[in-house]
Amino acid sequence: MARGMRLQWEAVQSSHVLLYPEGMVKLNATAAAILSRCDAERTVSEIIADLERAYSTSGLASEILAFLALALEKHWLELRE
Amino acid sequence: MSALTTERSELAAGADRAREVGPPLWLLLELTYRCPLHCVFCYNPTDFANVGAELATQEWLRVLREARALGAVQLGLSGGEPLVREDLEAIVAEGHALGFYSNLITSGVGMTEARIGALKTAGLDHIQLSFQDSTREMNDFLSSTRTFELKVKVAELIRAHGYPMVLNVVLHRLNIDHIEEILAMAERMGAQYVELANTQYYGWAWLNRAPLLPSRAQLERAEAATERFRNRVGSKMQIYFVVPDYFETRPKACMGGLGSVFLGIAPDGLALPCHAARMLADMKLPNVREASVGAIWYESAAFNRFRGTAWMKEPCRSCPERYRDFGGCRCQAYLLTGDPDNADPVCDLSPHHELVTAAVAEAEREASTRARIAREQPLIFRDHRTSIPVVAGAAGRPR
Repeated sequence: MARGMRLQWEAVQSSHVLLYPEGMVKLNATAAAILSRCDAERTVSEIIADLERAYSTSGLASEILAFLALALEKHWLELRE
Repeated sequence: MSALTTERSELAAGADRAREVGPPLWLLLELTYRCPLHCVFCYNPTDFANVGAELATQEWLRVLREARALGAVQLGLSGGEPLVREDLEAIVAEGHALGFYSNLITSGVGMTEARIGALKTAGLDHIQLSFQDSTREMNDFLSSTRTFELKVKVAELIRAHGYPMVLNVVLHRLNIDHIEEILAMAERMGAQYVELANTQYYGWAWLNRAPLLPSRAQLERAEAATERFRNRVGSKMQIYFVVPDYFETRPKACMGGLGSVFLGIAPDGLALPCHAARMLADMKLPNVREASVGAIWYESAAFNRFRGTAWMKEPCRSCPERYRDFGGCRCQAYLLTGDPDNADPVCDLSPHHELVTAAVAEAEREASTRARIAREQPLIFRDHRTSIPVVAGAAGRPR
């Protein structure tokens, strides 16, 4: 997560939301599943592997990478070396 | 969408309003009207000195608990200057424990190393720091205080405590030409977000409209300078340039529609469907001292009054754009036309649109006329001494 960003479950909205200075994005289940794994510990390839395990499928890489690129562009995430 | 579907959804909306109304996602606590600054563009009510006692700590904490239970999630702490309240840390701590994302909206006056440390520990998520201009001279003139250097120090404290650097500068005729210097200052401070908010003409800003409204040429230069700056710095700094609605032909979708997501609580507990609603003389605004936040949000007449489209007059009532802008700003309709049910006169479909174009035309006059206006209407600084009682039923016009 980028500085100032917070991901949390909102029961009233029945969804995960991403909170940032004076703003909020309501996330769909896929986005929440990806973002909740961005914990500054796991690498991108570990995140992909974990999601493929969790959803018992393969070939998710391109979809996940596209979302991560979008999240970086929107400053929801920042890259750590 | 076909006409039939539109009509059916309208019927459904009328039939089940309670289900349609979502939670007050954005809760703004105006903790106090007290403020060490005297800004000429302040939107606070001009009679703030006559407002009753501020809510006590326990009352604010109850508001937080009730609003959070309804689903409120973004918490704004503003004023006045919220740092004037000695219980700010306690309010932040309760908000954090409840799961709010908390935003402190401050001039920086009153911020110290000890307080920012305590606020961080209490769980404050973000601080938005205001500047009035890029130089000490203009900042201090516009706020009628010596605060520029203090603000620069507070910016350093904010960065040192690991907060994102978020700056807000209210723009108007007297500082809009300094936009390049303002942005350069923001860049030096390492700002991640900069809000360049053109003045909205309510409260003190309404009294000072003639000296504050920029010319169209000033506005266009400022937008071009902002765009050049954006192209140079790229995405490391996000700049929000809020266009002054007087120069538009369609009104802003004020608050996403009143009673839709925003709930403001004034220092004395009055519940506000928008920041400026206190001025609407014929609105009986509920008070959190007398009712629960849930009853206020879902059941009070004030919060239901401007929901949906049934309250609208023509040309809004039959306008295809009524679901996009909700008729614009009710306070602006009231201030300019005397009737909050009218279309916002910013809209060029409004029969009162010339009230806005006349104000803009006045701002376009040549220098000699402007000098006369400046002589005839000196700036009124927000202050207890100049705080005036509002005459019931009279909106008052800028002199």
